Order: sequence, then structure tokens, then C-alpha cells
Amino acid sequence: MKPAPFDYVAARSVEHAVELLAGDTDAKVIAGGQSLMPMLNMRLGRPELVIDIGRLDVLNHVRISESGALLVGAAATQTQLLAHSGVNSGWPLLTTAVSNIGHPQIRNRGTICGSLAHNDPAAELPATAIALDATMHIQSSRGIRTIPAEQMFVGPFMTALAPDDLLIEAEFPLPPAGAGWSFREFATRPGDFATVGVAVQLVRRDGVVADTRIVLFGVGGSATRVHSIEEVLMGSSPSRVENQVRTQLEAELDPADDVHASAGLRQDLAEKLTIEAIAEAWERCA
Amino acid sequence: MSSRGGEGPIHPATPPLSEPSAWHDISLTVNDEQVSAQVESRLLLSDFLRHRLRLTGTHVGCEQGSCGACSVLLDGVVVRSCLALAVQANGRNLRTVEGLAGPDDPLTALQQAFHEQHGMQCGFCTPGFLMSLAGLAEDGGTPSSDEIDEHLTGNFCRCTGYVNIRKAARQAFGLPDPEEPSDG
Repeated sequence: MKPAPFDYVAARSVEHAVELLAGDTDAKVIAGGQSLMPMLNMRLGRPELVIDIGRLDVLNHVRISESGALLVGAAATQTQLLAHSGVNSGWPLLTTAVSNIGHPQIRNRGTICGSLAHNDPAAELPATAIALDATMHIQSSRGIRTIPAEQMFVGPFMTALAPDDLLIEAEFPLPPAGAGWSFREFATRPGDFATVGVAVQLVRRDGVVADTRIVLFGVGGSATRVHSIEEVLMGSSPSRVENQVRTQLEAELDPADDVHASAGLRQDLAEKLTIEAIAEAWERCA
Repeated sequence: MSSRGGEGPIHPATPPLSEPSAWHDISLTVNDEQVSAQVESRLLLSDFLRHRLRLTGTHVGCEQGSCGACSVLLDGVVVRSCLALAVQANGRNLRTVEGLAGPDDPLTALQQAFHEQHGMQCGFCTPGFLMSLAGLAEDGGTPSSDEIDEHLTGNFCRCTGYVNIRKAARQAFGLPDPEEPSDG
């Protein structure tokens, strides 16, 4: 299908973009368009105005700050992130998650921040951002604010962004020294949206788990951090509490049936992938 | 288009202005020729190429980014033309399958490999495969077998089962035939 009519403006600056956003209650932001364009083509979205931030050089960066954090601007593509020499060594969980997004042809245009702002329940990046304790930098005509990733994703295709907010940058802190990680997903074909997936960051100290973040996606409305499993793991070694992890997942998750998978399959996948991911992250701890 | 040569910029006819507030003047390079046009905000890049420039080698399969038949090179990078707006190509450099070799030119090594290995059946998906692999070639160097396969996952072929497409891709990049047993 073809998109319904809309106006298009290429923003001249971030200030121009947020001014346009504040002035039109039915506007959508486009950067790479790899999530928005399918929705426009299928007429699942019918905005009056599309604001293009894809050409703003000030938002087109992947860089490591003086404090060691990774900063990804809203116009930076997923391919740019994968091509950055320092990202894979410092944030292997992030590059592994990104390499699971679509195909090279999609990643060449799709942006990191666009995927975060879109928040598809089956997308890799929201869960990964929570697992890495990322921070969202948001600008509007009212000013600039910052929120942790954990407060960003509130439901399927819903975020903490107000209609006039623009996500300008995602900041990923350097993971704790020696932290292990794992990213696992099940998809029908490589490049498809995940049926279920999990992102894990884990710190081992004195033979036990000292800190961990475990985030699943594809199991509910949005990326889901499972605090109860983290509490089970803390102060223990994963192999000793495997059954408790499984029990907690059965109690906590309530996946829905849909055309892609039954609730039962999603539950089974969530348990298997999570157990595997925790073991892998544990093994990767330095 | 490629047979014109040296007659100045191309100005495709503009359809009636149905949405006067949402038209934009764009100028871009398409297969080494300058093009200037007026486009609606909502015109997809794939439709601009096919309907306005009559470059119908770019095929439209799914129009939602799944199939890859509409792949083109935007500033040397392979993208889905159904997931971009024509207005977003303003000032950019586009290459379509028509831009790989002109009507009187010899086939490129990539096209020749698809011809020799018969890397197609009905041919609908072929332009997309060629442009995806042309994009991989733009990265320079010899890609690994895995990199070739990863690029091929972005394109659907519903006829062949990919055997001859993989053979053609490897021949084009000077790699061994994936179906032949190797010494290693």
C-alpha cells in the first residue's frame, strides 16, 4: 500500500525539529524510517506531519565520551554503530543485539534511537538498553531531560516520550569491569523479529553473582526486566539456582498467544533462553 | 535514461498537484545523470524511480521492507527504496539496477556471474539481489562467505532455493562454489 497524505519538513536543527513537534500534535519523527515507513505504507500510522531529523549532522555520531560512555546520536545508523572500532570491544552485548536486527539493508538506514523510540515489543534494542543501564537524552521546546532506559519503555509501541519530545541521544555506560554478558533470541528466520529473546549483564565476585540485569523481550507488552530472578541469583552461582529461576519465570511471565507463537511456546523459549543466557554470561565473566 | 547522455538535467513530468501543500522540489543524481523533479511528501522512492523516471528495473514486492526486491544504492549503500521517501533522496546519489551496465556495455562481473550460474528463475527478485551484492562490493575488499550469505538473507527468492544465487555471488567475488566439497 501507499502512505496516506502528509506534510514533510526536513528539520534545519534540533531546535527547529522540537519547535515543529510542539506545534503539531499529530507529527511523527523520521530518521532512518525502517520502523515508521512500513507503518505509513500499511496506513497503521497516518500523521499529518513527518519531521525528518536524518540529515542533522549534530545528531549523527557514535562516539566514546571522556568518561568512557558510548554516545549514539539520533541520526546514527545501526551500521555506523557496528562499524565503530571501539564499540564491539567495550559493548559486545550491544553489537550482538544490533547484528540481530533485520538485515544489512535495514541496518544501513535504521537508527539505534529510532528503534528505542518506536519500542516494538519484539525489538532487540529496548531490552538491551535496559540490560546495559542506558540513559535516554530527550529534548523538547520545554528543555532537555534525561531518563534511565528502565523508565523509557512503558508498553507496546509506547514510551515515556511526550508527543513533543525528541530522543536526541542514547548513552550506554561502560559495563562494570569483568562483567559477563549474553544475548539470545529465537526467530523463525535470521533477521525476523524475535519470537522471544533475552539480554543479560552479570558481574561475578568471589564465586557468586554480585550484580546482574536480566531483560526479556517478546514475552509481553514491552521489554521486561525480571527483578525476581536477579534476586534469586544474587549471592549464588547460577547452576545452583536453575530450578528457582525456572519457577520464578513461570510465576512472573504471562506471554500472550498470537499468530507467530502460542503462549506456551513463548514461555518454554523464555525459560530455555534465559537459563542458557545466564550460564553464558557467567562463563564470560573475567 | 542511460542512452540520453549530455542533454542536461532530466525533468520528469509532474502529475496534477492533488496535495499542493505537500510538494517538494528535489534534485539528485540517478545512475550518473542529474534529475530534478517535484514530488509529493508521501511518494516512495521506489515509486519515484518506477513511475516518474520509468526505471522499472527496481521491483516492488512487499512494500514493507521484507522482500528486498526494491533494493538500490543510496550514496553507495544498499537500502530498501520502498522504505524511503523520494524527498529524502534530495541531493543524494542513487544507483539502480539500470546503472550497473548500460544497454551497450558488457555485463558487470556480478551480472555475468548470475548469467553463467543461472542465479534466477522467474527473475522478479534478481534486481534486488544484484543491488545488495553491488552494495557489498562497494565496501571494498573480498567479503567472506558468511558476509555474502548475510547480505543474501536480506533478499527473498521464492523460486530457486538460493543454490544458484549463492553460486553466482561466490563466483562474482572470486570465492569457491559453496556446493562443491572443499579440501578443508
